[in-house]
Amino acid sequence: MSHDNLPVKDPELGHPVPNPGLEEHVERYTDVDKGAGDRAYRTILMMLGAVPVLAILFVVIYFAVPRDAYIDFGILQANAMNLGFGLTGGLAVLLIGLAVVQWARVIMGDEESVEIRHAASSSEEERAAVLEEFDAGVEQSGVRRRKLLLGAAGGGLGISLVPAVVLFADMGPHPTAAVRAETIERTIWEEGILLVNDVTWEPLRPEALEVGQLVNAQPANLNDFHGAELQVEKAKASIIVVRMDPNSIKIPQSRADWHVGGILAYSKICTHVGCPISLWERQTHHLLCPCHQSTFDLGNSGVVVFGPAARALPQLPIRVNADGYLVAQSDFTVPVGPSFFERDSSQDFQDGDQ
Amino acid sequence: MATPTRVAESSPAVEADRAPASKPKEMHGVAKWADERIGIAKIGKFGLRKVFPDHWSFLLGEIALYSFIILLLTGVFLTIWFKPSMAEIEYDGSYQLLKGMPVSEAFASTLDISFDVRGGLLVRQIHHWAALLFVAAATVHMLRVFFTGAFRKPREVNWLIGVGLLSLSLIAGFAGYSLPDDLLSGTGLRFVDGLIRSIPIIGTWAEFFVFGGEYPGSILIPRLYMVHILLVPGILLGLISAHLALVVYHKHTQYPGAGRTENNVVGYPLFPIYMAKAGGFFFIVFGFLVLMGGFFQINPVWLYGPYDPAKVTAGSQPDWYMGWVEGAIRIIPAMEWHIAGTTWTWSVFLPGVGLMGVLFVGLGLWPFIESWITGDKREHHLLDRPRNAPTRTALGVAGMTCYGMFWLSGGNDIIATRFNLDLNAITLFMRVAVFVAPVIAFIITKRIALSLQRADRERVLHGSEDGMIVRSPEGGYSEAHLPVSKEEEFLLTQHLQHKVLEQGHDTDARGVQRKKGGVGRLQARLSRWYLGHDIPKATASEIEAAHNHGAHGEVEGSHGAPELDGDGTGATPHHSADEDAHSGSTAG
Repeated sequence: MSHDNLPVKDPELGHPVPNPGLEEHVERYTDVDKGAGDRAYRTILMMLGAVPVLAILFVVIYFAVPRDAYIDFGILQANAMNLGFGLTGGLAVLLIGLAVVQWARVIMGDEESVEIRHAASSSEEERAAVLEEFDAGVEQSGVRRRKLLLGAAGGGLGISLVPAVVLFADMGPHPTAAVRAETIERTIWEEGILLVNDVTWEPLRPEALEVGQLVNAQPANLNDFHGAELQVEKAKASIIVVRMDPNSIKIPQSRADWHVGGILAYSKICTHVGCPISLWERQTHHLLCPCHQSTFDLGNSGVVVFGPAARALPQLPIRVNADGYLVAQSDFTVPVGPSFFERDSSQDFQDGDQ
Repeated sequence: MATPTRVAESSPAVEADRAPASKPKEMHGVAKWADERIGIAKIGKFGLRKVFPDHWSFLLGEIALYSFIILLLTGVFLTIWFKPSMAEIEYDGSYQLLKGMPVSEAFASTLDISFDVRGGLLVRQIHHWAALLFVAAATVHMLRVFFTGAFRKPREVNWLIGVGLLSLSLIAGFAGYSLPDDLLSGTGLRFVDGLIRSIPIIGTWAEFFVFGGEYPGSILIPRLYMVHILLVPGILLGLISAHLALVVYHKHTQYPGAGRTENNVVGYPLFPIYMAKAGGFFFIVFGFLVLMGGFFQINPVWLYGPYDPAKVTAGSQPDWYMGWVEGAIRIIPAMEWHIAGTTWTWSVFLPGVGLMGVLFVGLGLWPFIESWITGDKREHHLLDRPRNAPTRTALGVAGMTCYGMFWLSGGNDIIATRFNLDLNAITLFMRVAVFVAPVIAFIITKRIALSLQRADRERVLHGSEDGMIVRSPEGGYSEAHLPVSKEEEFLLTQHLQHKVLEQGHDTDARGVQRKKGGVGRLQARLSRWYLGHDIPKATASEIEAAHNHGAHGEVEGSHGAPELDGDGTGATPHHSADEDAHSGSTAG
């Protein structure tokens, strides 16, 4: 046993009392009492003996219990098969573990062993040897005489990463100004698009809305989209339509004709991280985002009154068409959803703007 | 336990004696076949009887490891049926309430696993519970390593690997959480979309690259699937292997105590004890997870419904390990910069991306910062008792408190509705609490740690109360002290107390010449803050003096005068404790 490669040379440093050495081994009850030892042995065998029984039960449940059988027993309401699998499978596996651990605890010898540690570091000789080997390798490689080799190899390797990185440039369309204008800066709202209820898909009429009511709505042309495209458009075009008493809300000069008798339409997409906002407090005209609790005042052009959102909720200008239905006057005047880097959103709307 | 005391020879010499085998054994059969090809005898000789120390806190990392194995096993089962596709189909499975609904293939196949594949629901639920347990066990394991100082030299690299594992496990968990494409996971993705978009300068590009265009697009779930079942688990597997290999190479740390030194490891051999204990423990963890999968419903996506970007449920919560980020996002005040036609959304980027960066970079740097502050460059294989590193312990508790405050903030809406509190008031409170609560926690923890150091010192010098209150003829009360055992005396005094680094010194704590530079002003100040309040442990001469005094006391005791020394000075042995008891009784 070599003692010259120990991790710490002075393990006694700072010890006011000497290390008394290992405590004397104390025999376990199962070692000294034959009855206790035999009982422990039997317990382990019983635990292991239960495993096959549970395993068979598991298989029986698999084939015998109907898939839709349901257990309704006080607080325990569950699919019978799932519960049966969990109970039999879980107990079987648990018992294997408990039996083996118990075996280790009470039957396997419990005399502590001691092993010597070695320093993680190499010895001085090893270090010297490896440095020598390394030097020999360097010499053999020829870079000492032909010095450009290393730089050229490194440079070549480095440059070869560029094509590898460029390969990823097709991960998505590039959000140039033109692409942004066609994607995140626009929705499918435009002049004359009907506002439809997002559950019944019925067009909204002003007289159907009473003061204080909120309706989730979509553009009627959302029906033209399917699958992923539908999700993309819905994630931007969703709106909420609220009717408030025009005398109890603030309508700035610039938006005087954006509403229909106190009916206002706002983007449903939070300007914070984009959750659909849904909690409406009809007395205060506040709209609360359930995700991070940004609160917008719909009675005041959707400005933020609380929470982490930094921008007012975009408002959709609406009017009534010749048939008496609510329609959009145009797309949103600013992009909906969270701000993004390439656009200064400070001019969107601030409290007090006219 | 009363054990006979003996002062052994220095412990490197304490080695298990094994009777020499009467004649060398020979290998036969499969073992011989394998040894001739891959040399298993050499591997076995190195590893078969390798000693591991025994302690419950060493099981935490094991729980994480086993959860990971269970995740791999159950995950493979789930991939047999799961279809990572966002294509829209009409649901036609046996869950009647969604029959005929347009849903994504990912969502439909998740329902199929839950309702139409026998045992599918069980495995799905085991997988989810195992994921939660994996991150939880890894987190608590990391705390154990932190508080006991197991990250110190030579284990800094393994600490870094561990930090990497923890951060990757968050990504793995989040990617998996998003796969079923239900309403809750879609809301989580919407949040990630906002998070990515908020990154300064490259945000929009990153968003378009990750989502393949606009949110949600049609390719994200296949990509997350690749991340979840191939990329991240592959890296995790590699890092876990390295993590374990280093544990074997360094040998496991051990708690201090009689017979344990920096140069040995005391415990039980791998074969058969640890194979049985660790192997059995795997089955115990697995058994519990199967029971949980059977009894406790988790993530019932059929109740949430398929993802719809126009819908969200109140009380949406991420899995527990993202709760603190969610909380930070909730309580940060609105903050946006507008510079030269651009927008910098700090109120999403700082709490969402920045905070995670701070946590993981901070954790990664800690071993190096601590060693710089203490000037400690020794190898450590004996763990610290947390009280003996009071500032580290206090910092750890402060960090946990800060994390806890953020985490609570992630449930501010639940707290508001359950406890009838004002949501905005909770948010405002939390904005202050994430800064103030850690400071309070730091102060309290440090005080407690120092008090425990003081108590250790007292115990070494004055022993333990013998539990018998004796009334003297004069009416005073006192309790005799018994000396502590040699083992305990050693345990309470074995730790190394580092000296505070003084500015300008060019030697380290043990007088070794530094290679370059002296101690700078900042380093010296930090060192004083970090180490300066330690209660000096009992010195050899103090213990000697106390022992002599104790012997004196015992003599007195044998004369029937039960008035023993109550304080440590030795100058006035009679009897402040006595008088306290006196006044207490009259007041009562």
